[in-house]
Amino acid sequence: MPNLTRTEVLTDAQTHYCPGCGHGIIHRLVAEVIDELGIREKTIGTAPVGCAVLLYDYFNCDIIECAHGRPPAVATGMKRVQPDKIVFTYQGDGDLAAIGTSETIHAANRGENITVIFVNNAIYGMTGGQMAPTTLTGMFSTTSQDGRGEHGEGPPLKVCELLSSLEGVCYLERTAVSTPKDVISAKRAIKKAFQNQIDGKGFSLVEVLSMCPTDWKLSTAKAVDFVNNEMKTAFPLGVYVDRS
Amino acid sequence: MKKIHFEKHRCKGCGLCVLFCPQKNLRMSEDLNDQGLSYPEEIDPACCTACGLCFRMCPDVAIEVYQQVAKDKKQ
Repeated sequence: MPNLTRTEVLTDAQTHYCPGCGHGIIHRLVAEVIDELGIREKTIGTAPVGCAVLLYDYFNCDIIECAHGRPPAVATGMKRVQPDKIVFTYQGDGDLAAIGTSETIHAANRGENITVIFVNNAIYGMTGGQMAPTTLTGMFSTTSQDGRGEHGEGPPLKVCELLSSLEGVCYLERTAVSTPKDVISAKRAIKKAFQNQIDGKGFSLVEVLSMCPTDWKLSTAKAVDFVNNEMKTAFPLGVYVDRS
Repeated sequence: MKKIHFEKHRCKGCGLCVLFCPQKNLRMSEDLNDQGLSYPEEIDPACCTACGLCFRMCPDVAIEVYQQVAKDKKQ
């Protein structure tokens, strides 16, 4: 039986994330997948603006930091110049679904051979809990004090459903990290997304529903319940597209 | 050798490991780590089945589980 220890793809640095944040779990999953596929030496990560902005401190592989919302565009360039490298982007919901919506949609439509890890915690974490495109209907944030939807904000943006109509997309799956079962299936999805890129099959995106206890103003246990009860209802888990 | 190791100075005290331990064998310590936070500790080391759920849920990878040690002990 295997021993469960820290992989060498993660550095020894302590993360700056708040207690109970899902980013740390997703970092570990990505690092384990890179380790298991043996691609650390040729992997280039693309960091967003948002909570995961310091990705280069935590990963023992090449990481490039991009302008807000532009990782799919930067990853496109890197992958086209160096097709033998494995290029992934790691983006939050403010980065991918707000300022970077057009980059995401066009990269997906072109079927770029990249892997996108999309962390959805339904709020802008780094800037202090403002409403994100993915904030749930009725959910409170510092910029939706009466709950989202009361003043014409519209319903949450569902990225997997949005991208599933595009022909260029190879693989779309929505997972979570709020239970051990979800963590294991999230790792499978991330591994498949990386394997698709190695096999040259095209654009793969894995959306991961994650906890943000600090900005939701909930305890760790209640944040886990919020993902399990509210977020999974608004954003149903599952495979949306699989053309691999 | 122990089946489970907590790197207590890496812990931020979120308590996800305590929440998901199927044996309910973890609790937050009375002592504090370098950051002034409680960290998890085992209630009864013999109860640990080395299932690894605490490792899977720890956002700071502060837990290591030695499943081979647990298996060898069982035999």
